[in-house]
Amino acid sequence: MEQLQQILDQALQQFALISDEAELEQVKAKYLGKEGSLTALLKGLGKLSNDERPAAGARINVVKQAIEAALQQRRDALALAKLEARLAAESLDVTLPGRGISCGGLHPVTRTLERIEHLFHSLGFAVSAGPEIEHDFYNFTALNIPANHPARAMHDTFYIDPEHVLRTHTSPVQVRYMEENQPPLKIISPGRVYRVDSDATHSPMFHQVEGLWVDEHVSFANLKGVVQDFLQRFFEQDDLQVRFRPSFFPFTEPSAEMDMSWRGGWLEIGGCGMVHPNVLKHVNIDSEKYLGFAFGLGVERLAMLRYGVNDLRQFYESDLRFLKQFN
Amino acid sequence: MKFSENWLRTWVNPDLTSDELGHVLTMAGLEVEDLAPVAPAFNNVVVAEVLSVEKHPDADRLNVCQVNVGEAEPLTIVCGAANVAVGIKVPCARIGAVLPGDFKIKQAKVRGIASFGMLCSAVELGLATESDGLWLLPVDAPVGQTVREYLDLDDKLFTLKLTPNRSDCSGMKGVAREVAALTGSQLQPVAIVAQPVTLAEQLQVVVEDKEACPLYCGRLVRGVNAKAQTPVWMQRRLERSGLRLINVVVDITNYVMMEQGQPMHAFDAEKLTGGITVRPASQDEALTLLGGQAVVLDKDVLVIADDARVLALAGVMGGADSGVDASTQSVFLEAAFFHPDAIAGRARRFGLATDSSFRFERGVDFAATRQALERATQLLLEICGGSVGEISEVRGEMPVRAAISLRVSRVARVLGVALDNEKISGIFNRLQFEFTASGDDFSVLPPSFRFDLSIESDLIEEIARLYGYDNIPASAPQAALTMLPYSESQRPLARIQQTLVARDYQEIVSYAFVEEQVERDLCGNDNPVALQNPIASNLAVMRSSLIVGLVGALRFNLNRKQARVRLFEAGACFAKAENNYVQTQRLSGIAYGACLPEQWGAAAKPVDFYDVKADLESLFAPQVLRFVAASHPALHPGRSAQIYCAGKVVGWIGELHPHWQQQYDMAQACVWFEVELGALMQAQVPHMTEIAKFLPVRRDLAVLVDECVSAQTLLDTMLQINAPYVQEVVLFDVYRGRGVEPSKKSLAFRVSLQDTQKTLTDAEIEPVISLLVDVLNKQGAQLRM
Repeated sequence: MEQLQQILDQALQQFALISDEAELEQVKAKYLGKEGSLTALLKGLGKLSNDERPAAGARINVVKQAIEAALQQRRDALALAKLEARLAAESLDVTLPGRGISCGGLHPVTRTLERIEHLFHSLGFAVSAGPEIEHDFYNFTALNIPANHPARAMHDTFYIDPEHVLRTHTSPVQVRYMEENQPPLKIISPGRVYRVDSDATHSPMFHQVEGLWVDEHVSFANLKGVVQDFLQRFFEQDDLQVRFRPSFFPFTEPSAEMDMSWRGGWLEIGGCGMVHPNVLKHVNIDSEKYLGFAFGLGVERLAMLRYGVNDLRQFYESDLRFLKQFN
Repeated sequence: MKFSENWLRTWVNPDLTSDELGHVLTMAGLEVEDLAPVAPAFNNVVVAEVLSVEKHPDADRLNVCQVNVGEAEPLTIVCGAANVAVGIKVPCARIGAVLPGDFKIKQAKVRGIASFGMLCSAVELGLATESDGLWLLPVDAPVGQTVREYLDLDDKLFTLKLTPNRSDCSGMKGVAREVAALTGSQLQPVAIVAQPVTLAEQLQVVVEDKEACPLYCGRLVRGVNAKAQTPVWMQRRLERSGLRLINVVVDITNYVMMEQGQPMHAFDAEKLTGGITVRPASQDEALTLLGGQAVVLDKDVLVIADDARVLALAGVMGGADSGVDASTQSVFLEAAFFHPDAIAGRARRFGLATDSSFRFERGVDFAATRQALERATQLLLEICGGSVGEISEVRGEMPVRAAISLRVSRVARVLGVALDNEKISGIFNRLQFEFTASGDDFSVLPPSFRFDLSIESDLIEEIARLYGYDNIPASAPQAALTMLPYSESQRPLARIQQTLVARDYQEIVSYAFVEEQVERDLCGNDNPVALQNPIASNLAVMRSSLIVGLVGALRFNLNRKQARVRLFEAGACFAKAENNYVQTQRLSGIAYGACLPEQWGAAAKPVDFYDVKADLESLFAPQVLRFVAASHPALHPGRSAQIYCAGKVVGWIGELHPHWQQQYDMAQACVWFEVELGALMQAQVPHMTEIAKFLPVRRDLAVLVDECVSAQTLLDTMLQINAPYVQEVVLFDVYRGRGVEPSKKSLAFRVSLQDTQKTLTDAEIEPVISLLVDVLNKQGAQLRM
């Protein structure tokens, strides 16, 4: 008995001192291996009487299990220590910057246009495009601006030849769309437009979004509703005030300028109105059955207000220090 | 249209402040662009007469003056102005006055002498930006009266931004009429008194084109004193309307135009030969205009002529030869109605924009022509005297004002707010429209001064305007809900842009017009789409490629010390076609500098052809592109290719030609690409194929081949024979150097073989590989052992 306790004590003491996995297995053999001290005791059981044998065997087994448990515990401890050492060795400076390519960005005008398209899309407006070198007919005549009409002077037109201009607005797209499609119609047409004008608030090239809704029951009140809704959503300002002022465009009647409240005053944001019967007539839409409203918004103006840009020309200088602010 | 508020208030005087009146006008469609006081605020400044001037005993440049300000005792004022003199009348700021800039006038001792006020210059009163001394007032200025009262300075200037449809408001009469309609105030028109005829003479007037000139009125006035002073009140109103003072006769005609809205002209009758003819110009007929400009006329220009020559461009401008000056003694006054179509565009053709053409091309009240002539006569006689001849009047077919039908129900439908007959009648009454109403229907006769009213919509706009746009509710439309089509075989532009953004490109927007020389250099374009009226010579032609804008933007950023620039733009490019223009939407990008942003874990490698090629391939995926070496004016001839997609050329890629790189002062080469957006946006709706149950077998083939043989040639060779089981051949390595002759390169391909029915055995694979090696051999490629 004393011998058994001695073996156990010795084993536990020895295991605790070992810090190497291979050595642990070697020491294990001293107790549990073929030549091991405990194995020897087990072998000695045969010499005992039948009466003594079960009790002696049970005692040896208790010690054997204790040694095995201690062994496993020591193995686990060593494995854990090894893993911990590895993890410690492998640790990174997580504050070093990431590698690889960075990210570019969209132009603020594109960003604004996407926002506009999204908002109108949610109301079911489709997007339609048209040519930038436009026939005089579509840019003017079909929009109820015949040759020599004083309204042409409002446009400061770039001419390519006597019959072709750089479109001065995206309104010709509505004519082209109405030629091809039957009401009800609901489109916006975003795009580049051109005017002979250049200073901090005018660019010879800029972007417009034209909207058109033709249906049996759309009214000036609805036009006000849609435009106001859009501006409030665009600027994410539910209390944004929108004002409609009588104005004149040959292709709408009644016509209005749209102003929005801005820093205590009013700011002109675009023009709109009910589609003029002559425009509908040009595209064979019965103006008795159908009514339409149209509106035009300056994209740069919206972008300037939204993002605090103060000089229109910056949009076209392609200065990365400017552009990257919108990424 | 610019005018003095005080003048307007003599016509109509609503109980509104200036700002309130401005708001009413703006909200009625007569946008007040500017509303500014005539003079800045100051007070206690009176007309004073200098009674005596004595040198200041202790200061060379100062004078001690006795000044009469209309009180029993004159004031002593020390004055430093050089032009002070006995007898002059000047503005005097009295003690307690506050001048612009919060300059307070106090009693002060100037070098020991008490001074009781200050004699002022125009600058000190904020009425001029420079002056050369005291402001000398007219000798008849009443001493003691405040300067503000005397010069009518408590007045404001209204500037209206008139829309082309509202020419009726380009005269005081029209604006006043509008204000009366908007506010309900009483209109007090100026009384026009027809002058008795005192001269038997009359000029014969012939109108050849009565369509262009349906009404012509003219009369002779002889014995006119053209040296008379234009009255101060008239001067003031003209100047406050932005008109220059010319001479008394012209001032009178201008005044009548500003007051009545009717442009007028005065000829010097002594300079006329025979009668007046209104006729189309002869082809190439020449005329020197009042401003000295010589013009050559076409047949579609209407002129006023006498028996000898052309005198004036009808409705636009008079001629230099027949104009009135101070020596004029006889005047022929003209007031006519020219049809808008006969005037429209004519002034612009000669680079002119006159007050007269502005009004005629928009429409002038044809019922008030004669009245305006009477008004001018009245003023001329009052101011210059003379005897008046009978009016010569030639009348053709005047414009017909057809009655316009208006349905009350339509008003509600268009505006989205129901207005009853009573409301509509009230609005029409205020607008001085003649109308009859029964039930739903109105019949309205538009007045002669409203050229913009001819259809129902015009009347609906008038109703909306007077009802107030603000009073129309904003409401959401009600319509059937239908979904929009959403094609999956079109890739949205936004997604394409996003792909480039994710690959580190920054979007730009550049002008579509570029410099002709750069267009020639970089695009080889000798026949660009040119603008007739470019805004600047370096923006004279339309781009045929986006490269010009991108290279320009790159240079702009390089000049601002950016070392790595990656840009893209999507937009239209323009080219000439037979009788038309081709406008293609393209996407283009440029990359300069290091392939990766500067970082700690990767060596800085300059971007090259293949980096950008990978960007393009990922843009087009799953479509497979082919690249065929080709040369482009902008590109390095050995490092450029045309891009093919589905058998069609869709664009270009390449390194900028070293020549341009040097010319544009770029330290490194940049790589540019451009593709057609149409090709890029095409997509296919995916259709799944069964995934093979058996794993593929891979075999690598490395071959030695001459440098001049392209990888594509070998790939095509292997794929074209349609060898069994071959699913894919991919190039995975290129090697030059040790073990490879200098004129050769080693290319390594990975061949994937697969069968849908079974796992392939070596016995099945080997013959296929031999076949591939055979065809490679035929291209001069030797298998590397």
